[in-house]
Amino acid sequence: MSGLWHKLALEPVTAVLMLPLAAAALLLLLPGYRLGARLNVAMALATFLAALGLLLQRPAVGGYLFVDDLNVVFVVLATFVGFTTSAFSASYIAHELSIGRLSPRYLRFYHAMYQILMFAMNLALLANNIGLMWVAIELATLTTVAMVGIYRTHEALEAAWKYFILGSVGIALALFGTILVYVAARPVVGEGQDAMVWTTLIDQAARFSPELMNVAFIFLMLGYGTKVGLAPLHAWLPDAHAEGPTPISAVLSGLLLNVALYAVLRFKMLLATNPAAIAPGPLMMTMGLISVVFAAFMLFRRRDIKRLFAYSSIEHMGIVTFAFGIGGALANFAGLLHMSMHSLTKSAIFFAVGHIAQAKGTQRLGAIRGLTESHPVLGWGLVLGVVAIAGLPPLGIFMSEFLIVSSTFARAPWLAIVLGLGLLLALGALMLRLSELAFGHPTGSTAPVKASYLPLYAHLALVLVAGLYLPQSLVTWLQSVARLLG
Amino acid sequence: MDRHAFDVAHMLAGGLVLVSFMLLYQDRMFALLNVFAVHALVLSASIAWQAYIQGAEHLYVPAAIALLLKAVIIPIALRRIVIRLDIHRSIETVVGVGPTLFAGIALVALSMVVMLKATGASIDPLAREDLAFALSVVLLGLLMMVMRRNAVSQIVGFMSMENGLLLAATGAKGMPLVVEISIAFSVLVAFIVIGVFLFRIRERFDTVDVAALDSFRGERR
Repeated sequence: MSGLWHKLALEPVTAVLMLPLAAAALLLLLPGYRLGARLNVAMALATFLAALGLLLQRPAVGGYLFVDDLNVVFVVLATFVGFTTSAFSASYIAHELSIGRLSPRYLRFYHAMYQILMFAMNLALLANNIGLMWVAIELATLTTVAMVGIYRTHEALEAAWKYFILGSVGIALALFGTILVYVAARPVVGEGQDAMVWTTLIDQAARFSPELMNVAFIFLMLGYGTKVGLAPLHAWLPDAHAEGPTPISAVLSGLLLNVALYAVLRFKMLLATNPAAIAPGPLMMTMGLISVVFAAFMLFRRRDIKRLFAYSSIEHMGIVTFAFGIGGALANFAGLLHMSMHSLTKSAIFFAVGHIAQAKGTQRLGAIRGLTESHPVLGWGLVLGVVAIAGLPPLGIFMSEFLIVSSTFARAPWLAIVLGLGLLLALGALMLRLSELAFGHPTGSTAPVKASYLPLYAHLALVLVAGLYLPQSLVTWLQSVARLLG
Repeated sequence: MDRHAFDVAHMLAGGLVLVSFMLLYQDRMFALLNVFAVHALVLSASIAWQAYIQGAEHLYVPAAIALLLKAVIIPIALRRIVIRLDIHRSIETVVGVGPTLFAGIALVALSMVVMLKATGASIDPLAREDLAFALSVVLLGLLMMVMRRNAVSQIVGFMSMENGLLLAATGAKGMPLVVEISIAFSVLVAFIVIGVFLFRIRERFDTVDVAALDSFRGERR
């Protein structure tokens, strides 16, 4: 046992993967939801600390796992949001249990699934083997399907079914793309394991058959793009966000979409080294831009508070995909920054929304009014979050959106106009909804709700600080990652 | 590699495409499940043949899994679900059989054009045509999922799509075992998840017609 702890302490990679897995096994066995919720938080914190360890010490590149500048960003972000969400989840589920929406038996399952999801996401991010990455993303999909359906209401079942069908179609297309990459790599790299190792592939990708890589990328883009929630493949996303438990909405928006985007980025990097292949940029730009404009229009007609923010996630994933599609040091930097800011802000918004829905007993936008009066701490938290997500200064998202729009103006002015239009429309829709939600005469229950404000305000504080001042070391680091992305 | 080996591999892969077409026009639940069992049987034979001509013993594992799980266990389990839910009468389709088959033919033509063009002379012809057939099976499975309203037939469509992926994975010579086992495993997991869903849907609605779920769309409250 002491040998194991020694190994975990020495090797952050093992710890980042094994801690969630061990936690899942424990949580499945342990009775009592209080203990389960606490253990969930503790293990998520331990995983986050282990992920920080990756910053200090990197293992050698292996056949299955590796750590580089790019995936460290994603892993640290994922484990941090995973930790804060588990803290939010602890107070959220206590309320769900007290009103009888969840039973203790389901909670055990829920906590175990939460940790398996963390494991799957970390595995997908750290995988050096494109087959392993696919397996991990499929595992993450299946666990979230199970969690979206956990309330077992009509709506939850329909949402889970839709998510399952669309998610597995996407994942199937991605597997076909992965097989095609292997077929393209085999004549150059040789048969077997090596032809699926990403670090080997990137070294030799220039000599792969460009036609095959083109077809492969289209499958991968459509497949993993479904999981990113890009229009027109987004249909599962609003339902899954609206009908599942709110902590899962926070993790879906804040993390799982990023993981899928990470997979797209890895393959984009492969294609970029092959001069004869198509440029992956325009495809990503088109899908990103369609998502932004589409989601901006859809924001106006929402009647459900969680659906509203789900469409906002589609919009922001569109912006990030567009930024990476534009490429170049500045746009990639802005894309990375935007992705991190969106994860933090959107999960903070869902933390607030979860407690608001519990306090008011409804998710209907029309039934929630005057939050700043009835629940000032939550209400102002939501105001701050929405102001941030809408891209108003001085918060972090303003800065990243500003960088994306300005680098687009330099490269493709016409597209910048379309993008700007989408951003303004979304801003208008969100402000319209926010003024109804937060101000005016309060409706519904004004009873105080037992909520944990710490995760919410910790995220918002980080977003505010990032908007005002980014430490030079962080900027240099993100710039080096941006160069890596090409 | 001799000509004979090629021909048998192509016959089996082509047979899989053919059975995929047969899946498209079944209008009885039991018939659909029987045809799916045949689909899995052909897949299993195809994988076993690939294992034989490539001299790759590890490929016999996915062949055995396909035979046992997909050709025997899953059809039987689904049949029991169908009986228990009393939905064996007929399958609701979105459009008629004719247009569906035409769409299927168009998809097969598309995958042939795309794959044969993309894979030029760079890879060996066996893998090349296998990929074209595999893409056809995947797209036909996709078509089936779109064209059927009924949850059980959507599951069958999904599994036939997975069969197509397995065909592609085994046709790509020397593809690591990890992936194949994981594919088979994930199908199993997927089946469990679906089974749970069906059970719950049964509990709540007394129907597995997905259209019945549509009336509960969150937006229309």
